[in-house]
Amino acid sequence: MIPRPDSSSHDERIISVNGVKFSYDGCVPALAGVTLNLKRGEYVAIVGGNGSGKTTLAKMLNGLLKPASGTVTVRGKSTLDQSVAELARYVGYAFQNPDHQLFCSTVDDEVRFGPHNLGYKGDDLSKKVGRALETMRLTQLKDKPPLSLTLGQRRRISIASVIAMDSEVLIFDEPTTGLDTQETDDLMSSIEGLNREGRTIVLITHDMRLVAKHAKRVVVMSRGRIVLDTDPRGAFSDLDLLRASSMLPPPVVILAQRLKKYGLSGEALSPEELLYLVFRGKGGIR
Amino acid sequence: MRALEMRDVKFRYKGSEKRALDGVTLDVEQGEFVTILGANGSGKSTICLLSNGLIPHAISGDLEGTVEVFGKDVRTVSVADLSTKVGVVFQEPESQLFCMSVEEEVAFGPENLAVPRDEIIKRVEWALDLVDLKGFNDRSPFNLSGGQKQRVAIAAALSMKPDMLLLDEPAYALDPVGRIELYSVLRSLKEKYGLTVVLAERDAEDAVAFSDRLVLMKDGVIVRSGLPREVLRDPHVLRSAGVAPPQLTELASMMNSRLRTTDLSFLNVDEAEIAIVRNVLNPGGVGRP
Repeated sequence: MIPRPDSSSHDERIISVNGVKFSYDGCVPALAGVTLNLKRGEYVAIVGGNGSGKTTLAKMLNGLLKPASGTVTVRGKSTLDQSVAELARYVGYAFQNPDHQLFCSTVDDEVRFGPHNLGYKGDDLSKKVGRALETMRLTQLKDKPPLSLTLGQRRRISIASVIAMDSEVLIFDEPTTGLDTQETDDLMSSIEGLNREGRTIVLITHDMRLVAKHAKRVVVMSRGRIVLDTDPRGAFSDLDLLRASSMLPPPVVILAQRLKKYGLSGEALSPEELLYLVFRGKGGIR
Repeated sequence: MRALEMRDVKFRYKGSEKRALDGVTLDVEQGEFVTILGANGSGKSTICLLSNGLIPHAISGDLEGTVEVFGKDVRTVSVADLSTKVGVVFQEPESQLFCMSVEEEVAFGPENLAVPRDEIIKRVEWALDLVDLKGFNDRSPFNLSGGQKQRVAIAAALSMKPDMLLLDEPAYALDPVGRIELYSVLRSLKEKYGLTVVLAERDAEDAVAFSDRLVLMKDGVIVRSGLPREVLRDPHVLRSAGVAPPQLTELASMMNSRLRTTDLSFLNVDEAEIAIVRNVLNPGGVGRP
């Protein structure tokens, strides 16, 4: 199943990012000093405007990028001392564009590729592949060529091929882009299931409704820095800071805040929560 | 004369078994802002491709019914002729940007129409001003943010002085603020210049408040068409078409069933605020809780 940590120190901390700076061109900073700790089993959303550094940070977590200064440690060891292949055991990354990671001739081969490369064989390998296909509801499609399938299905394949490696941390970079409502709901509930199994989830997204519904912790990025790191209610309460980061909370969150001056108390993340607050203590509705 | 007139249009892409459009009748008046909502595969992109003539001229398939754009049948008018009437903006701005500077990008269309130099310069300034990118002339389009890139693509379409702009999920990769900025620019182009806007969207949340009319599609047919308030009245209809109802639509529907009425509908936070205060939090008005 999911590998356990080598030692119990660091209070279940899986990934530590310390004072990390990075620039693609040596000039404009993509990360301008980022510090972040991820604990086992967390469900963290990283949000921020276009170009705020979200994807750069995500690629630091699995060693695709290495810090120019500062350190990233995964399970207590610097990413500088681990190869991308080694890190892939612990940190899986599903790309924004699924086609960047699909190249095999069948869905089954695609999902098998990762764990096979990690050295899994025989029954163990088949079990991992079978479970990943089932989790992403791809069993029926396993003999099809990936590129003949719809965007939603291709995205599920790219995620299945990541979870087949049994990584304990899973990073999803804008996983719902291009998906319609039903596909989005299906995918998000699969991700919830992976989190319930104990995996650590990092969700990178623009969609504040997804953040409100699923994340337990929100990291807001702006210009290569983390400007806020809190729970969704806390994150949405600072409208000015969110706007400055090109983010807007979902409409019901804004509405609940406006209604405070009329005596509404509490924060709402969904229409259901707002309805409850509005009618709380109003038994006799006219 | 209408901007777009489709009569019982059926279209099947070559090599596909199912029809992408299965009997669509749709009118778009000049100066109207119409948002077509639908899930993947509902037919909204096909309507865009028909309206600028790429179907049937560049993309083949079986076309039945008639499609007229500003009074001209798309079967007989050329794509080049239509391009002076109809501008198109696709999902990915990168797929449309290829010049070294923003200015060259925006000048490209009119240059190819052999528009005089002075006029091109004027149009570039005009278009950049409209999309809030004044002074970006010499910047490289590739070093801009996603939202800025998409606005360059719109300016490039506008410099052709089209009467209608078709946008196929233009907010796809934009952050929430970038998305609102984009819709606001489109709305003001409609208000100021009478531009006809046809927007295809899968996500209803932000676009509806800017639209004159919503058209809801499912499996190649139109299931609802009307004022945003009418189309949004029943969240179930949206959901069954694979479109998530906007949060405020869901809230209004829940409040209606709670208050045993059908009166409430909110298109924006202001409307919702007023309605909730009047109906629940402070029904008697100021001073009477």
